[in-house]
Amino acid sequence: MQKLERDKPYRGVMDGNGAVVEAVRLCDVQVIAAYPITPQSHISEGLAKAAANGEIDSEYIKVESEHSAMSACIGASATGTRVFSATASQGLALMHEMLFAAAGLRLPIVLVNCNRALSAPLNIQNDQQDSITERDSGWIQLYCETAQESLDTTVQAYKIAENPSVMLPVMVCLDGFVLTHTVEPVDVPGKDTIKKFLPDFDSKIFLNPKKPMTIGAFAGSDSYTEFRHENEEAIQRSLKVIKDVDKEYGKLIGRGYGLIEEYKTDNADVILITLGSVAGTIKEVIDESEYGSTGLIRVKCYRPFPKNELLKALSKAKVVAVIEKDISLGLGEGALYSEIKGLLYNSNNKPKALNFIVGLGGRDVTSKYVKEIIYNSNKALDSKVQEVTWVGLKEEG
Amino acid sequence: MLVTENVPAFVKCRRVCKSNLSALRCFKFRKNMKEVSNDELFAPGHRGCAGCGCTVAMRLALKVAGDNTVATHATGCMEVISSPYPETAWRIPWIHVAFENSAAVASGVEAALKALGKKDKVNVIAFGGDGGTVDIGLQALSGAMERGHDMLYICYDNEAYMNTGVQRSGATPYGASTTTSPPGSQSVGNDRPKKDMPQIIAAHNVPYVATASIAFPLDYMAKVEKALQVKGPSYIHIHASCTPGWGIPSDKGIEIPRLAVDSGMWVLYEIVNGDTRVTYKPAKKQSVKSYLKMQKRFKHLDEPAIEQIQAEIDKNWDKIFGGKS
Repeated sequence: MQKLERDKPYRGVMDGNGAVVEAVRLCDVQVIAAYPITPQSHISEGLAKAAANGEIDSEYIKVESEHSAMSACIGASATGTRVFSATASQGLALMHEMLFAAAGLRLPIVLVNCNRALSAPLNIQNDQQDSITERDSGWIQLYCETAQESLDTTVQAYKIAENPSVMLPVMVCLDGFVLTHTVEPVDVPGKDTIKKFLPDFDSKIFLNPKKPMTIGAFAGSDSYTEFRHENEEAIQRSLKVIKDVDKEYGKLIGRGYGLIEEYKTDNADVILITLGSVAGTIKEVIDESEYGSTGLIRVKCYRPFPKNELLKALSKAKVVAVIEKDISLGLGEGALYSEIKGLLYNSNNKPKALNFIVGLGGRDVTSKYVKEIIYNSNKALDSKVQEVTWVGLKEEG
Repeated sequence: MLVTENVPAFVKCRRVCKSNLSALRCFKFRKNMKEVSNDELFAPGHRGCAGCGCTVAMRLALKVAGDNTVATHATGCMEVISSPYPETAWRIPWIHVAFENSAAVASGVEAALKALGKKDKVNVIAFGGDGGTVDIGLQALSGAMERGHDMLYICYDNEAYMNTGVQRSGATPYGASTTTSPPGSQSVGNDRPKKDMPQIIAAHNVPYVATASIAFPLDYMAKVEKALQVKGPSYIHIHASCTPGWGIPSDKGIEIPRLAVDSGMWVLYEIVNGDTRVTYKPAKKQSVKSYLKMQKRFKHLDEPAIEQIQAEIDKNWDKIFGGKS
């Protein structure tokens, strides 16, 4: 292919979806299989346009459903190519069965999920119920705060997924509309730089007539447990790889994110924990807040769960407040909150734990709400505060 | 239109007998099994039942396709019996993912081979049973056919969900007893006619669609040969017996599907670029009763029910075989 002007590094103005399209272009993805869905559609469309203009050289399968999107990705990845898909909400739910298959078959597929609420009632706006619900599927899950981070993380995702000690699929999560449709300046690295960082995918195990192999065999009770255990070991191994890849990327490009991001947590009595783009608002409110001892942890890498990093960061906290956009119905709290509580159970430090459910179905998480959360969390230092709060819940009547 | 010029007018028999005759002519008139490859790419020693008809469909297809083939497979009997870890009956690269997506996985394999510049050299075959094809896999198959992937889909049709214990599928014929269509005082057995899957695929305007039967191996292999030479999607629907599912002795697994064809219950034809051609006309029409009475699944049918099925067949017979074939 000819050397394009776009292959040089540049600063562009784009939304999160546009940043993902740029990442896919930089990574020389060979097969794309995607089905359009709000708020992901700009990715499907952007890649189609890039293919139409010869900016990417990928086979683009315009599948008839998300289930087939992931099925085709599995087929293409098992044939030894670098593949990409993107979806949201209902689409991710339709893929559910194939997510487990992709992880179980140890295929390095990268999927961008544009976080959106799940039906019913139907809603096209942002929350994180869709990807949180897939937390047990065996996929690595990385949550982004900005469009810039969406680009960087998508590029990193391939390097993580294709690491021979990992060989697992990676889901990059962008908050719907908040990131997918919000325009910001994004630094796009040069293609040569990315080529150095991410060499061509060299699959060791694939469908090759010269070396026949059965993939997806039937495993009975005598071997199924061992396959599952290997899967768990692989995703645990990925923790170090994710850290190393991020470091290497940081050295080369100048931006890094870590497994968790800590913001003013040193000596903070109250530590807030969250996922994704809402961290931006929270940081601002912390800066303006009169409560000097409040800090924030943004969990960037949700699966594998960075237990050691979190335990260390929470080792002196007196109150831990988890702010999240999902709810485990019937348990009455968010999934991340349950996991943080579980993590603290065996630790020496046992802070009070609070859970704030926010932003369901796209309800704005305004600075007013965040101030309330910070106020209540600080109040918990010396008085009793309700454990789980649905922030901004309208009273009946 | 998509359908034109995708099937060569003269298909030379490449892989099987190496003669200069066209594939169909070669098979139809020479009827010479001796020329068929001795390679067993679907290996013996799998866990299929004695007399399993469906394994024949895979074994013969691979004799034609050869080892430069990648296959995908839907969940089902043939998948379970052929790939119990750590064993496999597949001597070609083979992948199974789930029940409903053999065609979608194959479209990914095909796209990947294209991206790698290898598609011209490698056959892609997707296998599925009747459940994985006409019911739960219909959407993925329709999508793959419509998108024009260069692949062959082979449905081996044993007319029910045999893997899970003989439950009815959309391909179960009228009157058949299955565990979810049992006959009773209020039930004739399966109360719906068989879904006409080859015609559904034909409506996608794919270049090549054919029906086949495991009892007519040369006809079937010629069709596989032809389908593989198509640039684009092709579809073969092969009728195959299931000894426990049909309730037949294990030594009747070929004889009974042959009766299905000779009685007109199943018709062998192909649709090339939209033109339909019957590939086998029975020398003597057998009664439907002779076919039904050999199988436990139809044992309960009384005379009026059998007559009704015969009347349906008779109606179609003249339409199909009345003219030139």
